Amino acid sequence: MSKLILTVDDSATIRMLLKASLTAQGFRIESANDGEHGLERMHEVKPDLLITDINMPKMDGFELIEAVRKTAEFKGTPILVLSTEFSDEKKTRAREAGATGWITKPFDADRLGAAIRRVCP
Amino acid sequence: MSDELDEIQAIFFEECVEGLAVAEEGLSAMAAGDTSASVIAGVFRAVHSIKGGSGAFGHTALLGFSHRFENVLDEVRAERIAPTPEVTQCLLGAFDILSDHVSAAQHGADAPDDGHMLEQLDAILAGGGAPAAAPEPEPVAAAPVEADEFGFTPVAVVDLDFGGDADPFGFEPVAVALDDFDAGEPAGWTVRFGPSRGAMANGAEPLLVIRELESMGGEVTAVDTEALPPLAELDPEDSYFVWTVALPASVDERDIRDCFDFVAPDSLIEVTQAQVAAPAPVETVAAAAAEPEEIPFEPIAVVFDDVVVPLPVEPAPAAVAPAPQKADAAKPEASKPEAAKPEAAKPEAKHAVEVAQTIRVDLGKLDQLLNLVGELVIRGSILSDRLSPADQERVELPELSRLTRQIQDNVMSLRAQPIKQAFSRVPRMLRDLSAETGKKVILETTGEMTEVDKGVIEKIGDPLTHMIRNAVDHGIESPEDRIAAGKSPEGTIYLSAEQKGGRILVKVRDDGRGINRERVRAIAVTRGIIAADAQLSDEEIDSLICAPGFSTAETISNISGRGVGMDVVRSNVEALGGRLEIVSVPGEGTTFSMALPLTLAILDGMIVRLGDQRFVVPLANVIETVQPEPGQVQATSPTSEVIELRGQYLPVRRVGEMFGMRSERPAEDSLVIIVESETAGHVGLMVDTIDNRREVVLKSLEDNLHPIRGLGGATILGDGAIALIFDVDALVATGGASKFALKGLAA
Repeated sequence: MSKLILTVDDSATIRMLLKASLTAQGFRIESANDGEHGLERMHEVKPDLLITDINMPKMDGFELIEAVRKTAEFKGTPILVLSTEFSDEKKTRAREAGATGWITKPFDADRLGAAIRRVCP
Repeated sequence: MSDELDEIQAIFFEECVEGLAVAEEGLSAMAAGDTSASVIAGVFRAVHSIKGGSGAFGHTALLGFSHRFENVLDEVRAERIAPTPEVTQCLLGAFDILSDHVSAAQHGADAPDDGHMLEQLDAILAGGGAPAAAPEPEPVAAAPVEADEFGFTPVAVVDLDFGGDADPFGFEPVAVALDDFDAGEPAGWTVRFGPSRGAMANGAEPLLVIRELESMGGEVTAVDTEALPPLAELDPEDSYFVWTVALPASVDERDIRDCFDFVAPDSLIEVTQAQVAAPAPVETVAAAAAEPEEIPFEPIAVVFDDVVVPLPVEPAPAAVAPAPQKADAAKPEASKPEAAKPEAAKPEAKHAVEVAQTIRVDLGKLDQLLNLVGELVIRGSILSDRLSPADQERVELPELSRLTRQIQDNVMSLRAQPIKQAFSRVPRMLRDLSAETGKKVILETTGEMTEVDKGVIEKIGDPLTHMIRNAVDHGIESPEDRIAAGKSPEGTIYLSAEQKGGRILVKVRDDGRGINRERVRAIAVTRGIIAADAQLSDEEIDSLICAPGFSTAETISNISGRGVGMDVVRSNVEALGGRLEIVSVPGEGTTFSMALPLTLAILDGMIVRLGDQRFVVPLANVIETVQPEPGQVQATSPTSEVIELRGQYLPVRRVGEMFGMRSERPAEDSLVIIVESETAGHVGLMVDTIDNRREVVLKSLEDNLHPIRGLGGATILGDGAIALIFDVDALVATGGASKFALKGLAA
């Protein structure tokens, strides 16, 4: 069974781009449009990997990561942040919240795929 | 995948339009004094999303500008820059440039000149006590991307973050000295990797790094197990080994480094290149000079041949907020989109803007669906004509009709969009106009959530623009004049929309000086539009400003144009099957009202007969019907009659004569339908008989014929005959029968 990835981003453009480029690489994609929805979907679909944006309405990426890590079941689930931001402060915060890695937008489909396989083979 | 990308790009631009609307709403709220965190965060997110997507599609100019704009917004959001009125004004200006950038990117036009605005933004950053006065480095993708020799423009540039000298995710640039390359052939790479404690936290798995290196042809040559503690002290979630992996020289150094993207900070990572003859000096990560390395642009993986796809100039996607669908038989209009809710009453809800979830549907498909449903309605009425009431009940025809009606309402609501879309460009226009004229103008809108057919929204943009420009240029006085007239220095333009009697009423009202009737009259005489001795009512004089070739501007301003404005407005509105009315009060202001039809609707109609023709009177207009007694209808002049009704006299129109169908019937043999009109109040329409009442599908006449004053459209009756539908407002507004000219029929 191919790996299931949950993508959380408030931009439909990004969600669709991720879906298009990652399904082409054999991943299965579920998506959510904000942190709150993402957390719900997390429990519903139990993905192999979570890719989340940081700036989102309702619940931002940091809060989502923290909430996900609080669930024992998701302690070992890799989480990648996909954001246009690239400040060290934000990256440190993401790591402290429990993120596995950080990818800066815009992303290149192949490299994104390689990055994903790095945490979710 | 190219088609898919095109489609996603189209969605991106739709999101941009949504985002711009959200940003503008937020910025306007800020300008009005609401600088709450949620409002600022909303604006930030909107601009942030535009930036995110623009990078993905290689719109570098848009990306660059939105990035700088976002930086300032971020500072405001973090309360490091106060949202003073000056800052907000600058943000509004930046918003305008951002809109231009989006539009340029969408249509493949040249990016707008944003240099001046960027300077202003930088000045805010510098003056606002931003922690780093130096601007952040532009993301890699902001660099100009050259089209390659095949004419392909690379997009989706990777930025996997190689910069930064203290990346908390552990990656540090490795400086490899290449000076001594000629000392010998490279003989391959040696990588030493010692995951730090905690390397397995956060779902990371160092073993995957080893596997990836192996997948590139690497081979583990040594494992240093020295740090392994006695079993009792061993923490299974910690790592103690240092692996040495040998890789062939053919492997790119960057690919090796990429493997360590997500390795925990403080891990030992050494990448060295052995030389056959003499080993080149190497530096390990820890000792690296930590200069961010220049990563050259690579040929890009995702390429498609025409990045700047000229997209349809459609406004935002069907942000179809489902209109409340109540099968309310008592309501005369078929589709009753949510009318003029008092928006201002709930500013909080308004500002917490959530972007509507949408799916995109080809408009042609919707039109097709609408037509089919129209046919269904007509078939339904044919059935009900042919079946007796008992048979109708037996085959459950009433239920079928009810469902058909619901489908119709739903399809209509799919095409309906908040008129907000048409209103959305007004604030910016007013800002530009204010700057050009030096007049201060405040905009107040109501009913912007009124839902209107998409076709109407697309077409009212131009008339609306002209009316607003006209109001600012000719209506609103200069601040000095206003103060002299005892008014506030800022003029106000009220923009409103509401649904009324099956029509959409859009009004532009200003509180300016009103129409100067003496001047208008004098100019009309000079231009030969009216005779010097013409007797005109105030309303007739006011309507002269819509006469072709009329212009009151002493100096032709570049705002309202060269006097073509208002007559173009009127013909545009009339071409839509609507009417334009002007009401002006000297010293108090002018109101322009556009009454527009719902382009296609099922309406409840009363079928009436005039001679051998049948017509439809929209039930929405009907108050009552009267069978006149002898003497109840009296002539007041050779061309006008009134009916006495409970002590009141109402004008009566002999509709048959108005349409040139001489009906010689005496009033006593006729029926008078009392209708209510927007303009003339209650008026009686004299017809021969009333057939019945039924739902009819409104078909536009304009597609096939000229617009005909007094007729709103046509419909097909149950027996297949065609009946024309009265436009009651226009019918009664024409005054006495003698004034009524069937221009359309004659033409």
